Amino acid sequence: MELSTQKLIHTFGALADLGQEIAGTGDFTEMVRTSMHLLLGTLALRRGAVVECTGDGPLKCVAVWGLGDQMFSGFEIEEAEKQAFLSGEATESLVQNTASANAFLNRHRDKLAAEGIELVFPMIVRGEVTGLILLGGKASGEEFSNDDFETIRAMVRHIGVGIHTHRLLEQVAQRAEENRRLYDELRAIYRDTVRAFAAAIDIKDKYTQGHSERVGKYSEIIAREMGWSEEEVEGIQIAGYLHDIGKLIVDRDIINAPYNIDAKLSSELNRHPSAGYEILAPINHPYADIPLMAKYHHERLDGRGYPDGLTDEQIPMGAKIVSLADSFDAMTTDRPYRRRRSFEDVVRDLRENSGKQFDGKVVAAFARAILKEVKGETKERRITKMLGKTYLEGEHVPTLLGDLISDLEEEVSRKGAKAQSF
Amino acid sequence: MDTPSGKLVRSHCVGTTAVVYASDYLNKLTGEKIERECRRQLNCGCRALVIDFSDTKLVNSIGVSILLGIIDVAEKSGARIAFSDVNSQTVQLFEMLGLTRHVVLAKDEREALLNLSHFETTPIVH
Repeated sequence: MELSTQKLIHTFGALADLGQEIAGTGDFTEMVRTSMHLLLGTLALRRGAVVECTGDGPLKCVAVWGLGDQMFSGFEIEEAEKQAFLSGEATESLVQNTASANAFLNRHRDKLAAEGIELVFPMIVRGEVTGLILLGGKASGEEFSNDDFETIRAMVRHIGVGIHTHRLLEQVAQRAEENRRLYDELRAIYRDTVRAFAAAIDIKDKYTQGHSERVGKYSEIIAREMGWSEEEVEGIQIAGYLHDIGKLIVDRDIINAPYNIDAKLSSELNRHPSAGYEILAPINHPYADIPLMAKYHHERLDGRGYPDGLTDEQIPMGAKIVSLADSFDAMTTDRPYRRRRSFEDVVRDLRENSGKQFDGKVVAAFARAILKEVKGETKERRITKMLGKTYLEGEHVPTLLGDLISDLEEEVSRKGAKAQSF
Repeated sequence: MDTPSGKLVRSHCVGTTAVVYASDYLNKLTGEKIERECRRQLNCGCRALVIDFSDTKLVNSIGVSILLGIIDVAEKSGARIAFSDVNSQTVQLFEMLGLTRHVVLAKDEREALLNLSHFETTPIVH
């Protein structure tokens, strides 16, 4: 094989490897180091370095081979020198040429020559000097030919673009991370604002303070038990906090009436889900269906709920969850005209009303979550904290919950089988 | 010593000369392993290195750069270096790039050891 052909094949092979290296998504420093090796190996050079402009003058060494690691400390490029590279004034690459108009070479000649650096090439990408490649020590001892210069220029351009692309990707990743953090902060602010708002709603009703916050927490617990995604769980918690927002437009005397209200006042009170929807619908919430969950939290599976008398499949699952959380909190807290109900009584109510008022799957999920806490299978005792320490005590509680769960799950699977047979 | 492909970098010592066997394709992964083995041998007191290319079909640019690095390290330690059993295509490449100015090329390992043993008795002059 002719020498020139052999050289061409060797150079092409290196260019192909360089392209692959630059297109890779691996470690940045390793990419630069490998690219530099490819360049050195193409012409059999014993010394080389890739230095990057850091923007304000100092050059940062990214890869070095055959030179001292400390060679580049205090090494810098001035803005005028960069401009000279860009304008074409500083085309000279040979360090030894003392007649060079390249101010950078003239300023650093002694130091570069002492280290055996013979050539300096700028990496120029999109009209900007992004760094320099320094080379020296041709193993053959020959002078650099025009072909060598062409090969080096081509590879330097490749490496420059590679470094630039990797830096851009790093910046994009950094921006994405910043945006994610900002988004998380905004969501936290949104959540805190909604919680404060929920507290404001509950202040209007002096007998149900903390109700909205508890409904939010119960809803979250149920949704998590039902296997909802983290985002959906956050959404339903918000819906729980805001489910009674419509009460803001209901007369305070009706809300705080210390007795069972008449039909007229009751109809006024029953406006609150629709009013809540009207308040929440124009807001661009970061979670889906919050207005609908507020609107339908008093709907029942048997169609006897309000405001629209929807039935089972027509009611969004989120509204079914908030509905159960709302009723559970109402049953387990004192009201001006009654004491809270015992847990046995509450379980009886849930059992009787599953399939009528409540969705059996939702009740079963809530019962499972309570049972896990009763059995000590959860880290936190969030439900116990809301209900009070003694409320779930008693040996019969796990049995009550276990029976309820198995009955409801049996009912759900029976219904499923029936639906399939049609 | 393990290569990334799980194969060992074979090496052995004959007196103060270490013989290190290059793999079938001398690239970045295998080259760095060989470089490490050569450095280790030099640190252990070897005064000469033979890199045997009998299994090597191809050497790419990174392989060349790494071999130059080994030559540098060997020279700095005052050690001699020989390449043995290099195929004709690779010999052409090494000659074209000037590597042969810095190493002894030998027909096989035995010849390389013989050449280096001659150098071992000759004081190194820098």
